[in-house]
Amino acid sequence: MTGPSHPSSASGHPRLWVIASIVVLAAVAAAGAMIGPAGPDWWRVPLAMLERIPLLGADGLGISSGVTEREWSIVWDIRMPRVVLAGIVGAMLSLGGASYQGVFRNPLVDPYLLGAAAGGGLGATLVITTFGRSGLDWPVDPVPLVAFVFALGTVAVTYAVGASFGGLRTSGTLVLAGVAMVSLMTAIQTFVLQRNSDVVREVYNWILGRLSTATWSDVLLVLPYVSVSAIVLGMHRRHLDVLRVGDDEAIALGVPVARVRLVVVVAATLGTAAVVAVSGLIGFVGLVVPHMVRLMAGSSYRVVIPLAVTIGASFLILADIPGRTLSSPAEVPIGVVTAFIGAPFFIVLLRTRQVSR
Amino acid sequence: MSSFSAVVPSGSWLGLIGPNGAGKSSLLRAAAGVVAHRGQVLVDGAPLDLRHRSRRAALVAYVPQEPTLPDDMTGAEYVMLGRSPHIGYFSMPGRGDRAMVDDVIDRLGLGAFARRRLGALSGGERQRLVIARALATEAPILLLDEPTSALDIGHQQQALELVARLRDDHGLTVVSAMHDLTLAGMYSDRLVLLHEGAMVAEGPVAEVLSADTLAEFYGVRVTVHHEADGTVVVVPRRDRL
Ligand SMILES: Nc1ncnc2c1ncn2[C@@H]1O[C@H](COP(=O)(O)OP(=O)(O)OP(=O)(O)O)[C@@H](O)[C@H]1O
Ligand SMILES: [Mg+2]
Repeated sequence: MTGPSHPSSASGHPRLWVIASIVVLAAVAAAGAMIGPAGPDWWRVPLAMLERIPLLGADGLGISSGVTEREWSIVWDIRMPRVVLAGIVGAMLSLGGASYQGVFRNPLVDPYLLGAAAGGGLGATLVITTFGRSGLDWPVDPVPLVAFVFALGTVAVTYAVGASFGGLRTSGTLVLAGVAMVSLMTAIQTFVLQRNSDVVREVYNWILGRLSTATWSDVLLVLPYVSVSAIVLGMHRRHLDVLRVGDDEAIALGVPVARVRLVVVVAATLGTAAVVAVSGLIGFVGLVVPHMVRLMAGSSYRVVIPLAVTIGASFLILADIPGRTLSSPAEVPIGVVTAFIGAPFFIVLLRTRQVSR
Repeated sequence: MSSFSAVVPSGSWLGLIGPNGAGKSSLLRAAAGVVAHRGQVLVDGAPLDLRHRSRRAALVAYVPQEPTLPDDMTGAEYVMLGRSPHIGYFSMPGRGDRAMVDDVIDRLGLGAFARRRLGALSGGERQRLVIARALATEAPILLLDEPTSALDIGHQQQALELVARLRDDHGLTVVSAMHDLTLAGMYSDRLVLLHEGAMVAEGPVAEVLSADTLAEFYGVRVTVHHEADGTVVVVPRRDRL
């Protein structure tokens, strides 16, 4: 050992990773806004955006894109909400997945573990079978609302059941309670669907996840929950690192383990339930994006948590692009695309990392 | 554990010895506040349980017998965990914490492992990082459960010497469970012999490490040598026919 050593900057350069991933996210989001059927020429889109910034447009610098109001409305009212919603959903799912994996000390866990997806799915199924989907002209769409409430309710029951058996000190019983509740919710859903086979297709569409109907109001609906969730989870990223050495040692290191676990689960579930309510069950992202992040930038949650947000967002925006352009004859569900793009990418990443180690 | 009571003066080193299952680890776990227990652990006359958890953690550093080491954590990240009690709930490690971690890593000669994954280290290298984590806490009380069981004779000495030096310099109080009786005797001021959950002998090293006592509670035949400098050497004996 000679010369100055700076071992504690160990996990590479976390800040560089975060900056790089933000650049990637911006690029992917821009691509998302520029690519799509109909609409203006792709290169006019950035100009049209600049044109609308005060002092840069006609009354200032005089940037002119030549994009008609009609074309602009395709970009702003159809493409943008979809890009933004995909970003929020992707960020939240991978953030939720990383957090669940942290508090349960289990790499195979996804944010649906405790029943957020199964509960949401059952809630949506009940609404659609009771009222039908198309003939509905309520002022507020009840499907996301009921899905949200069912998702939260299911996780709350799971937590209560798990806590009553194992105490909150062990996460194992909570995972088992989650498995039981997910099976129960899925079974009820299947039962309800069997007796209402006329809406199976509608329900199936909802379950597979979709961003195609995204509007700005969907974005505004989920944004508060996702923001709160992301802030709370971000503030606990150091605790997630301490939890990696197990409950006993974390307690000896002064971490209030049971409380941290509860807070993290509540926050992750709140955000997950909100995105499930507007976008259905999009698989793969929550399980695999955190692992992609770990393979790239190391396993410390101080890096994993922020990168899960940026890379999760980029990933889902990217995965949504083929679905929008290759939409004939019927749109490919986003949940299918995520696995289709993500699985091979993940395998390649695993292989290259294995070799370099 | 049934009966145990001992006073450990600050700045001293208490060795816990006893056969497997005697209750050494249970005692240390209780002292570290990890398991529920009856009775009290008093520090400076005040019960440890009543202190705020991060105060308690900053006061008592604990090295478990079988620590959990996440395979994909780096050595430096692991040692940094020892700083947790000093970092505010919503804060992140600062410059001072990093300097402290670098310093401990240097002093234990672990620089080569700081950036490596724990999963790729040998048993002894991991154990030294665990000791480094405990030292990074800068706690005045160290609870060490078999801290050197996986170390070669050189690294045993290096690690224990470092603890001994820190104790001399900073007045640390050390309670350690060790199976190597000679080593336990060499570093401890006093020894406590546990057997089936009870304290059966307590006193200065030379008193506790007597051939008769060891024969009674370990069921072994040993020779005990007393060296000129006061070191007590326990050597297992084999009666050849
Ligand atoms: N969680 C537990 N629940 C019930 N009994 C336990 C538990 N942990 C330990 N014991 C029992 O308490 C006794 C003391 O265990 P302890 O681990 O303290 O022994 P030890 O002196 O550290 O032994 P060793 O030298 O093998 O490490 C043993 O008989 C063990 O089986
Ligand atoms: Mg033990």
